[in-house]
Amino acid sequence: MKNIILRTATAYLIPLLLLFSVFLLLRGHYHPGGGFVGGLVASIAFVLHGFAFKMQNTLRLMKFHPSKFIPVGLSVSIISSILPMFFKKPVMTGLWLNKPLPILGNVGTSLFFDIGVYLVVIGVTLNILFTISDSGQQ
Amino acid sequence: MIQHLIILPVLVHLITGTVNLFFWGKPQPQRVMSLLGTFTAMLIAFALFNQVRSEGVMVMHAANWKAPFGISFVADTFSSSMVLFTSFAGFAVSLFSAAGISAVRAQYAFYPIFHFLLMGLNGAFLTGDLFNLYVWFEVIIMASFVLITLGGSKAQMEGGVKYVSLNLLASVIFLTAIAIVYGLTGTLNLADLAITLPNIKNQGLINITALLFFIGFGIKSAVFPLYFWLPSSYHTPPSAVAAIFAGLLTKVGVYAMLRMFTLLFHPDDFMTAIILIISLGTMLTGALGAIIKTDLKRMFSYLIICHIGYMVGGLALFTQAALGGAVFYLFHDMMIKTNLFLIAGVIKKIRGTTNMPKLGGLYHSYPKFALLVAIVIFSLAGTPPLSGFWPKIYLFQAGFANTSWASNYYVIGLIFSSLITLYVLAKMWKDVFWKKQPDTQIHVPDHFQPLSFMKKLSLILPIVFLASITLYIGLDAERVLTVANDIAKEMLNPKPYIKAVLGHL
Repeated sequence: MKNIILRTATAYLIPLLLLFSVFLLLRGHYHPGGGFVGGLVASIAFVLHGFAFKMQNTLRLMKFHPSKFIPVGLSVSIISSILPMFFKKPVMTGLWLNKPLPILGNVGTSLFFDIGVYLVVIGVTLNILFTISDSGQQ
Repeated sequence: MIQHLIILPVLVHLITGTVNLFFWGKPQPQRVMSLLGTFTAMLIAFALFNQVRSEGVMVMHAANWKAPFGISFVADTFSSSMVLFTSFAGFAVSLFSAAGISAVRAQYAFYPIFHFLLMGLNGAFLTGDLFNLYVWFEVIIMASFVLITLGGSKAQMEGGVKYVSLNLLASVIFLTAIAIVYGLTGTLNLADLAITLPNIKNQGLINITALLFFIGFGIKSAVFPLYFWLPSSYHTPPSAVAAIFAGLLTKVGVYAMLRMFTLLFHPDDFMTAIILIISLGTMLTGALGAIIKTDLKRMFSYLIICHIGYMVGGLALFTQAALGGAVFYLFHDMMIKTNLFLIAGVIKKIRGTTNMPKLGGLYHSYPKFALLVAIVIFSLAGTPPLSGFWPKIYLFQAGFANTSWASNYYVIGLIFSSLITLYVLAKMWKDVFWKKQPDTQIHVPDHFQPLSFMKKLSLILPIVFLASITLYIGLDAERVLTVANDIAKEMLNPKPYIKAVLGHL
């Protein structure tokens, strides 16, 4: 799509969308949001880039193929959920730091579980969309 | 680590599947990893089974939220032995896939998805929460849908669509039933439901919900008249995939049925009659379907349906003998049906087809393989010292003890379909092994002979492994019967289960 309005708007929207997705991710523990929604918003940013500048350029921008996100995200989630087992607690029990960190606030294993979900959602969504656009071009 | 043992069967497959995803496109490391994973799963399942047998029901509350608010995982004798037999089938199929799954398929996500499927099965067996059970069923459906369509041939797509549409319909019905139960009681924990459901005033609605559950699980376990998706989809994927489907997927439906209708609902006279008639229909249609099919895999698919009827009928009779027989038959069936499809896979490798009129002469060219198959077939037919014989005795006993008209029909169906099974297997033996190979087929190349020794081993060893478990079930039936009877006692008296989960009665 060679649309100058879309291209200019995309350049401003992508950082906004990515920031918003991180905001949603961090907010998710007690408020609406979380890894799933955050991941969807982040993948919208990349899809928008793909619409404006073609999917191949988006792939180049991302450096990794989106399918690489899936195992990484799954591993982050798995590690954060089995970590409590080594402290003699059931799987998925939240472990929290004693003192809140500056800016981030209280950090616990559930944050890392959500980060894992975030990565998996980005990976799956983009993988599906890139595959569809690939087969569309052939 | 003892208190974590209960969740390990789920985690080990989750971790193996995820690690396999890192090796995307490299079949060799995935094969090794998958073998390691399924072997570890077998050890864990043994440990869990022993632990449950010696210490009683094990419970874990995920994330430390106590029942009935959090999700509980519960391992009693029934679920831990299901996990044990699943791990046997998983190990055998993983070994078989090393040579039985083409490199192209293995390059794509065969191994990760295979492990996610096993994870879903173990989760469904171990969960103590109704909604969580639904989630595991979804995991199973998604994983099996990918496995059934992986490869993308036209027949596979057709089978896959039939499979997934019927199973999604079953999920919708199941979910509706869950919603009604939640609306009535405000809880979905199985143990908590077992206490609250009998105190609900509106028992009519509960009976209808029970029927909805029965329909949902009935579609999944392919009972009459909702079985038709099974024979039209199971013959399409490669034999390793079909084996895991045949051995485990319909059985998880039977497991859920046995769990629901012993813990939550107790069949009244009306329900008993309905379930018995349905089981009769399942046995007859399965048996009659198996007679006319000339393709090995299709014939085995109908035999799966036929034998689901035995177990469902055992549930309806609802005595200790009947439930013990049904559970024993379930164990025996999981091993046998997995093995039958693996055998079909080897026959396909040898002769290039599974169409019985085109087969023949296998006894002449592979006598040892024929002997191995004979063990499996005799066990399935229920020849006395072997594994199919013992559960049938119990089912007959329970059928004769119940004097209602429906139970008489059930016994007649049991006898009739056992005879048909015998006939079908004899015909198959004659066609595949004894008959001379048709002249038109002599020039078809044998893909088994030129394989390397290791590959032959990886195709035959799983069949030997499963056949020896079948032999063990038959020859040391005393021990398996004790386990099956204990399970039946647990079903008839769920108090220890409830107490273990909730901490009180």
